[in-house]
Amino acid sequence: MSTTERNVVLHVDDVHKNYGGLHALSDIDLEIEEGKTHAIIGPNGAGKSTLLNVIVGRIPPSKGAVVFDGQVLTGKKPHEINQLGVARVFQTPEIFPELSVLQNVMVPAFAKRDGAFKVHMMRLLDSEAGIREEAEHLLADVGLHERRDTHAGALSRGDKRRMELAMCLIQHPRLLLLDEPTAGMSRHDTNTTIELLKKIKARGMTKIIIEHDMHVVFSLADRISVLAGGRVIVEGLPDEVRGNPKVQEAYLGGAH
Amino acid sequence: MGNLVSKLSLSRRDLLLLLAFGAAVLLMPLWLSPFGAAYPDLLQKFVIYAIFAVGFNLLFGLTGYLSFGHAAFLGAGSYAAVWSFKLLSMDALPALIFAVAISGIFALVIGYLSLRRSGIYFSILTLAFAQMSYNLAYSVLTPITNGETGLQLALDDPRVLDRALGPQPEGLPVPHLLGLELTGYTGFFFCALVLILAFYITVKIFSSPFGLMLRAIKSNQNRMGYMGFDTKPYALTVFVISGMFAGLAGALLAITDPLAGAERMQWTASGEVVLMTILGGVGTLVGPALGAVVIKYFENIFSAFNDQILSNAFAFVPEGLRETVVAIVGKFVGEGWHLTLGLIFVLVVVFLPGGIMEGIRRIMSLFRRAQRPAKGAPARIQPAE
Amino acid sequence: MFDAILLQFLNGLDKGGAYALIALGLTLVFGTLGVVNFAHGALFMLGAFCAVAFRQILTLETVTIDPTQLNPWGQPLEIRTPLVQGWFGDFGAVLVDWSVPVSILLAIPVMALLGIAFERGLIKHFYKRPHAEQILVTFGLAIVLQEIVKSVFGANPIPQPMPAALQGAADIGALIGLTPGVITYPLWRLVYFLFSLGIIGGVFAFLRFTTFGMVVRAGMADRETVGLLGINISRRFTFMFGLASVVAGLAGVMYTPLLPPNYHLGMDFLVLSFVVVVVGGMGSLPGAVAAGFLLGILQSFASMTEVKAIVPGIDQIIIYLVAVVILLVRPRGLLGRRGVMEA
Repeated sequence: MSTTERNVVLHVDDVHKNYGGLHALSDIDLEIEEGKTHAIIGPNGAGKSTLLNVIVGRIPPSKGAVVFDGQVLTGKKPHEINQLGVARVFQTPEIFPELSVLQNVMVPAFAKRDGAFKVHMMRLLDSEAGIREEAEHLLADVGLHERRDTHAGALSRGDKRRMELAMCLIQHPRLLLLDEPTAGMSRHDTNTTIELLKKIKARGMTKIIIEHDMHVVFSLADRISVLAGGRVIVEGLPDEVRGNPKVQEAYLGGAH
Repeated sequence: MGNLVSKLSLSRRDLLLLLAFGAAVLLMPLWLSPFGAAYPDLLQKFVIYAIFAVGFNLLFGLTGYLSFGHAAFLGAGSYAAVWSFKLLSMDALPALIFAVAISGIFALVIGYLSLRRSGIYFSILTLAFAQMSYNLAYSVLTPITNGETGLQLALDDPRVLDRALGPQPEGLPVPHLLGLELTGYTGFFFCALVLILAFYITVKIFSSPFGLMLRAIKSNQNRMGYMGFDTKPYALTVFVISGMFAGLAGALLAITDPLAGAERMQWTASGEVVLMTILGGVGTLVGPALGAVVIKYFENIFSAFNDQILSNAFAFVPEGLRETVVAIVGKFVGEGWHLTLGLIFVLVVVFLPGGIMEGIRRIMSLFRRAQRPAKGAPARIQPAE
Repeated sequence: MFDAILLQFLNGLDKGGAYALIALGLTLVFGTLGVVNFAHGALFMLGAFCAVAFRQILTLETVTIDPTQLNPWGQPLEIRTPLVQGWFGDFGAVLVDWSVPVSILLAIPVMALLGIAFERGLIKHFYKRPHAEQILVTFGLAIVLQEIVKSVFGANPIPQPMPAALQGAADIGALIGLTPGVITYPLWRLVYFLFSLGIIGGVFAFLRFTTFGMVVRAGMADRETVGLLGINISRRFTFMFGLASVVAGLAGVMYTPLLPPNYHLGMDFLVLSFVVVVVGGMGSLPGAVAAGFLLGILQSFASMTEVKAIVPGIDQIIIYLVAVVILLVRPRGLLGRRGVMEA
């Protein structure tokens, strides 16, 4: 199967990450197809978050490269990687606590439009009706419209994550990375979030999702990679992964 | 009103604020006279340092970058203005333009280097640059700065433009604006207009997407990077604008009193603008200007106190005890004014980090709550966790 | 040429010692408490004024008038006797002569108490607040301290004599076999250099060989973990602040014969010490010490007339220049650990 047929948008090519003698990641090869949702699962300490951090440029890999849409991401700065169309929701919400919810969602829209410095930024904020409208629309999508003038720092953790999702969506990224998007959410909130993510999927956005909650994983994922001890031990369709004895072993604490 | 709103491209609320601010500044000679502060020299100082503080607040208030070297730009502005007087003309306009340009370039260089780092490193870098400038101004750069004596006008200055336009009057000329001598109240109103213009620019920045980006940088710089935002050019732009405001203030200092000395660049001067901004209310529009006026006012009042005045003030205290009281209070006024200032500053940082503006807000909300006890709990939203 | 270089090298040692001692305290406070202390220079200045105060107390005099003797103007002779001399006789006179080193005995408890008071009363409320607010509050404290000193001791520098026995110069050149009299080095500078080495050695030994020091070092490496171990960190914080305060104070006491102290001495040294800390590496104790001596020596070389002839004004800015270059090229400093305050 050649890559062009499958239309792979992100290649993780033989990535290693060592901390001193510790191998956090070894031999990681991943191919993420356009428009698909790819879940990365694995026990705690398997290297999932490290992998995500390597992809967005937060951590440089010790070896190997990450290629997005023909562009090598490795060595680029976080903002350059984002400008290529990669957005990320963090495990602990990374937001602007001092700004209002609406402003939080508007900032990334400006960032998308004016990431490099533009002079027209001196216009009046109120005259940016287009961006404001889209932000309000997205806030309605994630169910935060009523709280748009609240200080973001005062939101609950679940609300913060939904707001962060809106912050990513307003940038219309081609690839969205989600680090445990439902951690700490109630069952109800989790289901709302799943519905929301399904809606996005319908828009054809590629997603990588790290998740503990198997309910979320199997509701959303088109393909699953299982990470254990810094290596991909199994990769395949959800049904292939579900019954795989290797996966069960990894989760029950056998693998290192 | 609607016409003005669109012309100045301000929201209605901002326009009202600008008008109120402008009125308050222009009417200073009236409403400050009961306080004994309505004489031109002091009023000029008020507005000039207000410009300095408003500009400093653009950087510190919006982005959170704490510069400890802003006086370097103030000093550069003063030197540039005096040189413009000496070489070109005694007119204020070339001096202002020249000063703003020089301090802008200076800020561009220092900002470019300092903004490579953030947090305390940024503060230390700016402090180091300012001390370096100060030391240079005193030593090698003496041909430009005239060292310890300070840069002054001289009878035989070239003043090419002025001399080309006609014969020069006897004696040292006075800075003027298109023939209007900028002394006394004329000087004050000129500075006041410049302050209002500076305030207008500040209001614009605060309410623009640019201002929002800067506040986002302060709130979570890391996040800005992950959303595709190169924060450096934004921070550098506001650093340069802020430096230009300082240069503007420095030029006005030179216009109202045409000499420039290196002590304007010293860290104490940088510290002073930090004090003004914090005392007034960092990150607010009006606070820094208010802080500048309050500090310059009390500096003027307190420094003038001597033991004689104190003795009279405490005339009601019985003899014997009076000397003690006067001696103690005397430590805090006159020469000791900086001690009072330091104490106030520590108290403000500890108990009222938002400065006078936060104090006003707190009092207002107390007031409102007292008026509407039926409404119950305040409308603040508590975090769910 | 070699003579000249050696001489400048020696000249840099005492100043370097002062930088190293101040930077050591700054680093201790920053490394353990996480606080950027803009008042640290003021502690150095307070130490210097401990020496001034001590001498002023020692030289309080009684004045007796002896009507049997006349002074050259024909009036009765006033005999001024320092109180201590009255009480202790010749020992009192020795005490006055040695006032600077002896005032260490006064400075240690005073500086320790002041340090503890500042930490308990003010600094501890700022551990969790942003660095900018820490800078601001310690900056305010520095202003208050220097203004208090100004109002008590006046604005002029107050020279402090060194003990008569140490006023000469050591002929270092002759010691290492050069022509005698070419390289002479004032004895007090030598004393200051050795003194600073002693204090530095003491602090390092304390951190190295005591359990308390071990915890402190662990805390500097990883604050969170130490906090999690359930060790009562807050009392250690207070102690460390007190220690840093004593170190800065002693550096100040012994520096008084070299530079008459005035109230803004602290700020002058603070800016330089920050630069030293930055160059050495934020949070690195050996870095602070090495950079202190290095910059002291560099500054001494930069003030050579030969160097100034090539680059005018270099002596004024060399230290800042080095700091700027280091921050831009190697932000963690010479000996700083990777990732510590590199941003």
